Amino acid sequence: MTDAAGPMLAADGTPLKRSLARALRRQKLRALLLIAPLLIFVLVTFVVPIANMLFRSVENQIVSETLPETIQSLDGWNAEAGGIPDEDVFTKLYIDLFIAEEQKLHTRLGTRLNYEQTGASSMFRKTGRAVGRFDTDTYTDGFVDANGDWEDPAAWASLMADAGARAALPLTARSWDRWKAVFDAEGKELKKRNLEDFLFTALYTDLNAGGDAAHAMVQSAKPVAEGLAQVSLIDAFKEADKKWGEPEIWQTLTLYSPNYTPGYFLNSVDLERTLDGPKVKPENEQIYITLFGRTLWMSLVITGCCIHLGYPVAWLLANLPASKANLLLILVLLPFWTSLLVRTSAWKVMLQQQGVINDVLVFLGLVDDASRLIMINNQFGTIVAMTHILLPFMILPMYSVMQTIPPSYLRAAKSLGATNWTAFWRVYFPQSVPGIGAGSILVFILAIGYYITPEIVGGTKGVFISNRIAYHISSSLNWGLAAALGTILLAVVLLLYWAYDKIVGIDNVKLG
Amino acid sequence: MGLPPYATTGQRIWYYSFRVICALIFIFLITPILVVMPLSFNAQDFFTFTPEMLRLDPEGYSLKHYRNFFGNSDWQRALKNSLIIAPIATVISVSLGTLAAIGLSQSHVPGKRAIMAILISPMIVPLIISATGMFFFYSAMGNWLEDNLGLGQNFVGYIKVILAHAVLGIPFVIITVTATLVGFDRSLTRAAANMGADPVTTFFRVQMPLILPGVISGGLFAFITSFDEVVVVLFVGSAAQKTLPWQMFIGLREQISPTILAVATILVVISIGLLATVEILRRRSERLRGMSPG
Repeated sequence: MTDAAGPMLAADGTPLKRSLARALRRQKLRALLLIAPLLIFVLVTFVVPIANMLFRSVENQIVSETLPETIQSLDGWNAEAGGIPDEDVFTKLYIDLFIAEEQKLHTRLGTRLNYEQTGASSMFRKTGRAVGRFDTDTYTDGFVDANGDWEDPAAWASLMADAGARAALPLTARSWDRWKAVFDAEGKELKKRNLEDFLFTALYTDLNAGGDAAHAMVQSAKPVAEGLAQVSLIDAFKEADKKWGEPEIWQTLTLYSPNYTPGYFLNSVDLERTLDGPKVKPENEQIYITLFGRTLWMSLVITGCCIHLGYPVAWLLANLPASKANLLLILVLLPFWTSLLVRTSAWKVMLQQQGVINDVLVFLGLVDDASRLIMINNQFGTIVAMTHILLPFMILPMYSVMQTIPPSYLRAAKSLGATNWTAFWRVYFPQSVPGIGAGSILVFILAIGYYITPEIVGGTKGVFISNRIAYHISSSLNWGLAAALGTILLAVVLLLYWAYDKIVGIDNVKLG
Repeated sequence: MGLPPYATTGQRIWYYSFRVICALIFIFLITPILVVMPLSFNAQDFFTFTPEMLRLDPEGYSLKHYRNFFGNSDWQRALKNSLIIAPIATVISVSLGTLAAIGLSQSHVPGKRAIMAILISPMIVPLIISATGMFFFYSAMGNWLEDNLGLGQNFVGYIKVILAHAVLGIPFVIITVTATLVGFDRSLTRAAANMGADPVTTFFRVQMPLILPGVISGGLFAFITSFDEVVVVLFVGSAAQKTLPWQMFIGLREQISPTILAVATILVVISIGLLATVEILRRRSERLRGMSPG
């Protein structure tokens, strides 16, 4: 096939190199096509949700979406001075809250801010009820008296379509657009009675800021605006809830105005945001560091228990003849295959004060009937139940490593004069360490993310960080904090997983 | 590992005490299951052995908790939900997983490590985190399906839970099937192609029968994962998708009733059956591999 001058050719006459490259490419493509459906499936149903959770742990759009005008005008305000903002900011807040109240969004914002400042929730609820009754109807009456067009939605619409008027009355135009959008979204028509006081407040503010246009309605309103006395919205808000007159809420609003916030992460390590940077929370509100510490500590204890209980069993299994070992292996695999809830309920039955273990102890006379041991709803219960549940995960990797250690090594050590203990400790044990490492990391990774067992047998003292995450998802509804706690836990697990991959290799994961 | 005849007294003591320690650990492993089974036949609503039971008096035993399980509509609906969700999730993870495992076992796969890491990740990430992520994303996805495709709320609920369970079962399928494929002799597919079989025929007539044990045991793992799963279904599903483990979880947390023990016993029997199946398949797979050349 070869000749001295040209390249090597395949049967169809193309150069062999190119032909091979094409075949390789086709092979790669076919492999990828086989993998693609699953990869896409896992990405969509698993990786994207996790990424979404990471995003949620820093997301904070709710403040700037609900109070856009307020946040914008707070931009130039100096929060550190310790006062409250001026009338202008309160006017914007009035407009924002009025629109939010119509959409029932103000309570959601209140709940969000309540995570950062206690009392914010009731503040927003109360104020939401009050904004409709502020004294700003004097503006409305004044403008409408001067020109009847002001109470006609069609006249408003045509005025707001006029470029000159829009330029002269920017705040009014923006508020009108948002107000109209609310009604459009619900498919409702904006009626006469929907021309609320806040629109006229915006108009009053614009006109007194020097807005002027040739439009007849604007011309009719201008002298009215000059003549009307300003309604103090600061006072109105203070009356609705006196906390509006205190600097705290305004500092919180300023701190949480950006679209993304590290606030949830700070909260999950017991810090809070202040104007001078992160600060440690008061002693009685610190729970998460303790909880993380407890989760890690208890996982370590459980891993330690599993090592001590698993090692002898794995050693026995590895050193018995295959037929006996297989029989005993069933005793290890059976719990492994049994439903987690079955095992947890079994431990609940065993450990209760009226449970099997206490009954046996009382029957044997070791414990007095009146002073039965409390073994459940505390750390002891969690550790016992989880050690039992995770023990097979420790035994199986240890067993597979120990199977590869030739028994002749031990015999050789002993024939060279080592005692049983020296032979084991100096010869056998070092070779079994990879099994211990693999099992420990596996058990530890599984333990720190456990939820069901601590929830059922852990009481209050024996719960893990996962239980707190579940609590925030289903009870307190502080989803951002749940996402941040989950992200931290995920980072720890991934770090351990990386270590596992380095030490054992993920390809060596075996089941059963 | 017998005890040599020349062993000293100390060695004898250690030999026997070591066996006793191991026996105790085995008892620790197995007791909870052994305790649950007899207690489920308790004639009383207690979680402990009554004097009648200890005397082996037939009066002390009854099937009333089993009758309650089969007669109670809550438990029956939970059982039905489990039997709807787990098989469908298993079919999804097995079919997609087997294809991908075959793809992954080819010799030239770009980015194999990264792909493997992604596919295994549902097993590595703690369930509570998967559940949290899915809770946010699936509720948005469910709303979208309801609004844009006009699907019923209940139906969408099942879709959400099934998808979530399918993805949780995938790593098990991938791991078992790839392990089986390691021992698969590639020259067999080449021989089939050589004799004129197209790739589909080759797959179903040559490759599939040989890797079937791995596929089935992967499927069993996926099935048990879904059948036993409670955290994700708690977060993603609604009351209409209440599965057996969910019902047990409620029972354990709130109104603790001995019916749980009857359910637990049934589940233990099921898992013994599954364990036996996997073991038989593993042996068969080893035998087949021994037969195939290479």
